[in-house]
Amino acid sequence: MDRSELNDLAQRERASWKPARLHCCTASGCLATGAEGVFKAMKQAITDKGLTDRVQAVGVGCLGLCGRGPLVQLAPQGPLFEQVSAEQAPSMVGAAVGESPHAAILDTAHPFFSSQLKIVCETSGEIDSERIEEYLALGGYRALHMALTEMTPAEVVQTISQSGLRGRGGAGYPTGLKWATVAKMPPGPKYVVCNGDEGDPGAFMDRSVMESDPHRVLEGMAIAGYAVGATQGFIYVRAEYPLAVERLRKAINQAKKLGVLGSGVFETPFDFRVDVRIGAGAFVCGEETALMASIEGRRGSPRPRPPYPAEMGLWDRPTLINNVETFANVPTILRKGADWFASIGTEKSKGTKVFSLTGKVRNTGLVEVPMGTSLRHIVEVMGGGVEGGSVKAVQTGGPSGGCIPAEFLDTSVDYESLAQLGSIMGSGGMIVMDQTTNMVEVARFFMEFCMDESCGKCIPCRVGTVQMHRLLSKIAEGKATSTDLALLEQLVPMVSETSLCGLGQTAPNPVKSTLRYFRHEYEERLRPMTSTNGRVPLPLRLA
Amino acid sequence: MAPASHPSGDKRFKILDVTMKRHLYQHDALIEVLHKAQELFGFLELDVLLYVARGLKLPPSRVYGVATFYHLFSLKPQGEHTCVVCMGTACFVKGADRLLAAIEQQAGIKAGQTTPNGKLSVMTARCIGACGIAPAVVFDGVTAGQQTPETVQQQLKGWL
Repeated sequence: MDRSELNDLAQRERASWKPARLHCCTASGCLATGAEGVFKAMKQAITDKGLTDRVQAVGVGCLGLCGRGPLVQLAPQGPLFEQVSAEQAPSMVGAAVGESPHAAILDTAHPFFSSQLKIVCETSGEIDSERIEEYLALGGYRALHMALTEMTPAEVVQTISQSGLRGRGGAGYPTGLKWATVAKMPPGPKYVVCNGDEGDPGAFMDRSVMESDPHRVLEGMAIAGYAVGATQGFIYVRAEYPLAVERLRKAINQAKKLGVLGSGVFETPFDFRVDVRIGAGAFVCGEETALMASIEGRRGSPRPRPPYPAEMGLWDRPTLINNVETFANVPTILRKGADWFASIGTEKSKGTKVFSLTGKVRNTGLVEVPMGTSLRHIVEVMGGGVEGGSVKAVQTGGPSGGCIPAEFLDTSVDYESLAQLGSIMGSGGMIVMDQTTNMVEVARFFMEFCMDESCGKCIPCRVGTVQMHRLLSKIAEGKATSTDLALLEQLVPMVSETSLCGLGQTAPNPVKSTLRYFRHEYEERLRPMTSTNGRVPLPLRLA
Repeated sequence: MAPASHPSGDKRFKILDVTMKRHLYQHDALIEVLHKAQELFGFLELDVLLYVARGLKLPPSRVYGVATFYHLFSLKPQGEHTCVVCMGTACFVKGADRLLAAIEQQAGIKAGQTTPNGKLSVMTARCIGACGIAPAVVFDGVTAGQQTPETVQQQLKGWL
């Protein structure tokens, strides 16, 4: 396929779109509340009313406000219906031809929608996730074509570096630098890996992107492959996301058929194959070295770095690993330019970030905001605050992150500011907690998670998490004394400084941050010291 | 070379053969093959693991090691129905522990166990990514959101 064929296909697709399109969200969240029935009922209603030439029902990706699903949007520029049922389908179809609908309508001028800036989710609620033609109609694969025909690999790397894009998986490593390192490695087999093992509980941005817009991720990977000189890519997806796996596989087949993936992409000498690899339920596989072990079909045990995957990754070859959201940013950066991207966000954190806003907040769902937006704006304005209460803390970064107390809600969301508060950006989970949440229980919850998920390879993590969990349980149950708390505080730096991989190094973070901001909750659960329970812990000191 | 199929003549081993062949008997396909085996047999018996080890020319220790490492692989038979309670953070904050307690009480078993009559297995998940509709429970592969102890008990009534 060449440029003119690409344009033809896009134009033909756009021409085939009916004047009114009913976008029914078919991502996991809405499917769980019955979106499939609604979608079928709408199709039926369109046929029944004889409107097949004027209205079409499209199963699109995530529309954002998952807590109010199933969602249906009348496009272009029509109302967004919430909590619809199959019975309301005829009425919504009627709305497409100007009748007044009998379904609850969401206010799309609400900050939840109006404060968003969509780059990664640009096309996610607009197109049928299972058809490549719809992605092409909105400019899909144009960036890949441009990279292959108008740019050298070095120019692509240069563009990504200039854009200031940083890894969206949590650590925020400059993407351009990573690409440049892999590109510089001597020629030979190289690999591109997309980390879709979104293990942080409370985060579902990557699931949503993979389900809603699989082609965007594939396009980003192919561009990366061209830039670093790789011909094989892997997407590692958790087995808990069956719909994402299914849609990615479908997308890869469609892309191969059209010649935008596979051998001779866009009739250039560039080959790029992508395979889906499915995890099997291990949180540690989100760590890059463990993930690579899992792709190779082994136990997901991490190994020490260096050597970094960029030098020695899959099968000891240079490997580029980026997160789903990072790849999803790439096509747009190439299309709109590095300067445009760099103009969004803060000085050190560019672009946007997708957050999954959940927990005790009124509007739960997916939001994409420019970096630098304040937590307060996201939680209280966009999320609508806590129903019948007030925010106590916001948890970011999952089991590797921390709890940010309400007094710091004015912090801007970027990598540095969150790190300063003892939390991390993480992959983007944002869980709101209200006054009824017990912070010791939260710390225990995360520690239990890390304890179960520790792979057992290194001792500080394997034993340290168990000991910390034991101490936290003791405190939570009101059986601990101040010596137990002192012991817990000694274990925190030890486990984080001596563990092998990110899991162990960050496992104490929830304890650390809750101790920092909610120490009184720990202390009020302690028992007074008596002569029988006052054991003195051995001094533990790291050289 | 394709290994001779299983002496039991069980057709499911033939399907497993096809899967291994499709992956060209490559070692890195182990996880994919185990997924298929679990889908076919419901769980991974030792016999199946040995069969996979032979097919992929891997030491049994390696296959056993991988099968026991990942949470989704089960070496014990599962119940006729499964009920997976999501214990992700969003679900936790919204009371997933109460859901689990209600289920455990109703079924008389703990998470990770199967009822003695083999009807129901109760499991927990780390996070199923349905945080927008927390707390979520997966009944036989179908996700249900915004659950309460009453709704889950209602659902399980017919299964016990």
